[in-house]
Amino acid sequence: MRVTSRLTTVALALVSVALLDACRRTPPPPVEPVEDTAAIRIAREDSIRREQQRLADEAAARQRAIQDSINRARAAAEDAQRASDMLRGTLVTGITFDFDRSDLRDDARATLDAKVPILMANSNVTIRIAGHADERGSSEYNLALGQRRAAAAKRYLVERGIAEGRIETTSFGEERPACTESNEGCWSQNRRDEFEMTSGGAMLRSGN
Amino acid sequence: MRSLRRAVPAALLLLACAASLPAQDSTRGVRIGLRYDPGTKPGVIVLPIAGTGGDSIRAIIERDFDFSDRIAVIAMTASDAALLEGRAPSGAPIPVNYDLFSRLGAAAVIKATPTPSGLHVAMHDVSRKQITAVEDYAVPGAPLSRDWRHSVHGIADAVEEWITGQRGAAQTRIAFIRGNVIHLIDSDGAFETALSVVGPAMSPSWHPNGIMLAYNTFGPESRIVIHDFRTGRNRTFGAQRNTTNVTPVFAPDGRSLTYSLATENGADLYVLSLEGEAFPRRVTVGRGSINQQPSYSPDGNRIAFMSDRSGHPEVYIMDSDGTNADIFTAFDFGDQNYRASPDWSPDGRQVTFQTRIDGRFQIFTMTLRDRQPRQLTSEGENEDPSWAPDGRHLVFVSSRSGTRQLWVLDAESGRLRQLTRLGGARLPAWSPRLLSK
Repeated sequence: MRVTSRLTTVALALVSVALLDACRRTPPPPVEPVEDTAAIRIAREDSIRREQQRLADEAAARQRAIQDSINRARAAAEDAQRASDMLRGTLVTGITFDFDRSDLRDDARATLDAKVPILMANSNVTIRIAGHADERGSSEYNLALGQRRAAAAKRYLVERGIAEGRIETTSFGEERPACTESNEGCWSQNRRDEFEMTSGGAMLRSGN
Repeated sequence: MRSLRRAVPAALLLLACAASLPAQDSTRGVRIGLRYDPGTKPGVIVLPIAGTGGDSIRAIIERDFDFSDRIAVIAMTASDAALLEGRAPSGAPIPVNYDLFSRLGAAAVIKATPTPSGLHVAMHDVSRKQITAVEDYAVPGAPLSRDWRHSVHGIADAVEEWITGQRGAAQTRIAFIRGNVIHLIDSDGAFETALSVVGPAMSPSWHPNGIMLAYNTFGPESRIVIHDFRTGRNRTFGAQRNTTNVTPVFAPDGRSLTYSLATENGADLYVLSLEGEAFPRRVTVGRGSINQQPSYSPDGNRIAFMSDRSGHPEVYIMDSDGTNADIFTAFDFGDQNYRASPDWSPDGRQVTFQTRIDGRFQIFTMTLRDRQPRQLTSEGENEDPSWAPDGRHLVFVSSRSGTRQLWVLDAESGRLRQLTRLGGARLPAWSPRLLSK
C-alpha cells in the first residue's frame, strides 16, 4: 500500500505542471484606442473640477450667510448694548445739592424724571442711592445729611411709582469726596447723590 | 560743701527760667497734697534715676508734670541734680539739703530708685523737711515699650496726686480717626497705633472704665461696633437697610449705649441697654430733624446733643430719658448759626462745643450756670473738642498747622501743644484714666 500512494503523488505533480504551462500560453486581451482614453480623462477631470468648484462656492456661500447672520446679530447686540449703556448712563447720572440743603433743585428733578421710565421698563433693576456732603460742617452731621439727601431722591422716585423696595439708600457723608480742593467749585460737586445699580442692569430696555 | 556752692549758681539760672513760667493754678482752699502758695504752681525737682531706662523714666515723668500744667518742673542737668542729691565727694550719703532745695524754689523733691520689679518712689516735702509719701510701683515690660511707658505715666499721675491732691491724666490715650481707621495715641504723643476696624470707621468713644471703645461704620453696612480691648473682639449691631448709625457713646455707668440712627426720615437718638436682650429705645422725637452727637453729664442724668430741629444745628440739653429738651446755645454770636460737637466737662459745670465764625469753626465753652460763651480758639479752624479726665485739658482738631492735626489745650492757661504730626487726624476722644494692669 505504501508504494501505491507514493506513485499517486508523483502522477499528480506531473499533471499540475502540465496545466500551469497551458495557462501561460493564453493570448493577452485587446488594447483600447489611445485617442479615446485621453478625451475621457480630460472630461472626467473637468467634471471633477467643476464639482469641486461648486462645492467650494456652496461652502463659501454658507459661510457668508453664517457670518452675515453673526454680524447682524452682533450689530443688533451692539446696538442694544449701546442703547442699554445710554440708559445705564441716564440711570446713574448724579444730582447735586445746595449747601446744607437736601431739597431737590429743578435740575435734579429733571435728572430724576429721566430715570423713571427706565426703572418702569426694567422692573428687575434695583438701585442704591448714596448721599454725600462737602467737607464743611461737622463730619458726623454730614453723615446724617447724606442719608437725608439720598432719601430725598428716593422719595421723589417712589412718588412717581417706583417700588420703595427697589431703592436702597446709604450715606458716605464727607468721607468720599469726588473732588478734593477746598473751594466752591469742588464743594458743589461733592454735595451730591450717587446712583448705582445693585442688580438686573445687564441689558436695559428703553421705556418708550 | 565747696562743690555744692559751685553748683548752685548754675542751678539758680535754671530756677530763674522755671520761675518765669506764668502762675496758672488758681485753685484755692484746702489741699490734700503739699502746701504751697495759691495762684502758683508748686516747683518740683525730679532727681536722676539710676538703672536701665532711668533717664527715660525721669524724662517721661518730668514731661508728664509739665503737660499737666499744674506743676512747675525745676529743670536741671543730671550733674547739678547729682550734687544736690546730697552725696559727699567720698561717696558717703549726707542729709538732704532742704534749705538748698527751698532756695531753688522746690516745694517737693521726687527721688526714685530702681527695684527688681519696678521703682521705689519717695517724695520729700521741702517745707516740712521730711519724706511725706513713699510707694513701690511695678514697671513691667521692656524699657520704652508701650506697657512700660504706660506704667511710668501711672507713676507720674500718682505722684501728681501727692503733690497737688489731684491725680494726673498722663496715663490716658486719645482715640481718633485717620482716613477711616481708628488710631490710638498716648497722652504725651508717643506710640500711635491703629486698631483693626470692621469697616470704614468714625466717631470713637470710650467706655467709662477704658476697657471698650465704641465707634460706627458707614456706607451700605453701617453698624455700631463695640471693641473690647481685653479680648480683642468686636461686637456689632444695628446693620439695617436704609440707615446710617452714628456717634455712639457709653452712659457714665457703662451699662447702656446712646447713639443716633439716621434714617430716611431724620436722625434720632436711641438708648440701648448693654445688659440682656433689650431693644433700642428712642429718646428724641426729631420729626425729620437730625439729632446726634450725645454727650452725658458726669452724673448720667442729662445729655447734651446737637439738633437741627430749629432749622440749623444747635446744641440742646435734655434729661437722659428724653424729656425736657431745651436749647443750650441760645446766644447770638458768629455769622451763621451752626453749633455742634458738644462735650460735657468732667466736673459737670460746662459744655464745650464748636460754633462757626467767619465760615470757620472755633471751640467755645459755656458754663451751665451763667451761660456766658467763652471762646477758646481763634487760629485756623478748630473742631470736635473732647475733655481729658483731669477736667482741665481739651483735645481738638485744628487746621492751624496746615493739615488737620490733634492739639491739646489747657483751658485754664491757654497753653497749647500739638499731639499728632501726621495729617488727617479727626474726631478725637480722650480716654478715662487707664490704670495699670
